[in-house]
Amino acid sequence: MNLLGLYTSLKIRSMANTINTADLKRQHLFDMLFRNGTRIFAFLVLVLLGGIIVSLIIGSLPSIQKFGLSFLASSEWDPVQENFGALVPIVGTLVTSFIALLIGIPISFGIALYLTELSPKWLKRPLGIAIELLAGIPSIIYGMWGLFIFAPWFGDNIQPWINDNLGTLPLIGEFFQGPPLGIGMLTSGIILAIMVIPFISSVMRDVFEIVPSMLKESAYGLGATTWEVVWNVVLPYTRVGVIGGIMLGLGRALGETMAVTFVIGNAHELNKSLLMPGNSIASALANEFTEAVGDLYTSALIELGLILFFITFVVLSLSKLLLLQLAKQEGKRT
Amino acid sequence: MISLYAKRRFINGFNLAMSLAAMMFGLFWLIWILITLFNAGIGAISPALFTEMTPPPGENGGLLNAIAGSLMMTVVATLIGTPVGILAGIYLAEYGNRGWLAPATRFINDILLSAPSIVIGLFVYAIYVAKVGHFSGWGGAFALSLIVIPVVIRTTENMLKLVPNSLREAAAALGAPQWKVIAQVTIRASRAGILTGILLAIARISGETAPLLFTSLNNQFWSLNMNEPMANLPVVIFQFAMSPYEDWQRLAWGGALLITIAVLGLNILARILFRQKTVN
Repeated sequence: MNLLGLYTSLKIRSMANTINTADLKRQHLFDMLFRNGTRIFAFLVLVLLGGIIVSLIIGSLPSIQKFGLSFLASSEWDPVQENFGALVPIVGTLVTSFIALLIGIPISFGIALYLTELSPKWLKRPLGIAIELLAGIPSIIYGMWGLFIFAPWFGDNIQPWINDNLGTLPLIGEFFQGPPLGIGMLTSGIILAIMVIPFISSVMRDVFEIVPSMLKESAYGLGATTWEVVWNVVLPYTRVGVIGGIMLGLGRALGETMAVTFVIGNAHELNKSLLMPGNSIASALANEFTEAVGDLYTSALIELGLILFFITFVVLSLSKLLLLQLAKQEGKRT
Repeated sequence: MISLYAKRRFINGFNLAMSLAAMMFGLFWLIWILITLFNAGIGAISPALFTEMTPPPGENGGLLNAIAGSLMMTVVATLIGTPVGILAGIYLAEYGNRGWLAPATRFINDILLSAPSIVIGLFVYAIYVAKVGHFSGWGGAFALSLIVIPVVIRTTENMLKLVPNSLREAAAALGAPQWKVIAQVTIRASRAGILTGILLAIARISGETAPLLFTSLNNQFWSLNMNEPMANLPVVIFQFAMSPYEDWQRLAWGGALLITIAVLGLNILARILFRQKTVN
């Protein structure tokens, strides 16, 4: 490293003026300046969070005062009459994210299992990078691809099948009946699933890798199959971390904007059918914010943003706490 | 007994096959998206794309002003975000063992890392754009820098923590004050890792659309004035792709291909760089 140079420069100086108290004091001052300087920047992160929350609350005050809590329960969205409610976008956000998790969790688990237990060594790295590249693709690309390629294909080939088969089932049938438009809540959910897979699978993969090989080898020694080892040893050992990873994926899905904006259809209506267009908080903002006229309209949109921030904040905090807990356990055991 | 054994073998085989299928499923989307992008985008790549302005519907043109605007805002955002991120990362890694500030910052930073970027756009709109009264390139760059900061903080802290403590102790034993130990020893030892973080942050913001919608918006004309609305690739792609005009949609595909190549290229470069360093 660079220690030699540092040593020489310090040595030359100390030879020149043996122990110089003024110099020592100056170094102390520099030390203090440096420590406090960096501390200010660390503090800035907290200020940023506070700033975001405060500015969103101030921005949404007119809407909060006008509608109060009924904002959350009303499905009204009428810019002309200036009557706003957040129910449709909130439901849309939650439903699309739920679909994303429903598809994304098993797939991510399979990918993490493949990468940690099955993949030949030389393939591990390229495959891992390929999956991570999925996270690198900008969300607007997912949106364009979704709108021009995936949605038409989905509408022509898959949705009629969904109508005929899932749509006729009792109880859940209602959710799967509707015109094969291609776009809609289900399409958004599927695209979100593809987008969260790299996040969930990379956390799962990381936590699977911390399982001590001794535990796994003991199970193999008792005659367990690979699947039994994963299901009965690896998964219980890493449960907390796996849930943390899922929460991280959920946080991502909730706030995803551009991909959803392209394919969800942006309709302010509540539909039982997942094949129908809907709206999510983020896509309502992306579509309407720059065109919003009037303080109340803008303020209602900012309140939507506040709600979105609140939900993702809670979800991501949970995720972080769970992952921290796993890290702590890990520290105790070793 | 045999049947139980066969059943267990079958479950094992079936589930492992499903795991392979999940892997294929993930790769399938990546390949499908990339192939589509190349097919649709390659036709739009021409010299005009890099030399002409965004056209009105029905005319030929390119994306020059959008490319220039994106580059400018990315550069400014990186210049603002990187020093802040590195300094905060230094605090977390080097002084962050005691007190409440470091754990709190670490926690909040990880949340900001995944927070919806559209909310960042709203925030900058509220504190800057609404105050000056018009959309501007500065607003866009500021919003992007707020996305850079958490990424750089996280990687800087992680990389500094990888530096062995014996190195710090050796420098301290030579009589170096702590600021010198950090500035001349630990930072240098983790240079490649920190650079990787910066590259990843740039990759992240080059494709960000949501925070720019409310801040820099778009500009149909050539403008390098950061104080005016500024054209940028993601918002142009968004507007052109959503439009009914085929020329515009073709340009959008061209822009999408450019962005994806840039982002994936940066991602791969960052990995190669980091790998070389860790192998050495």
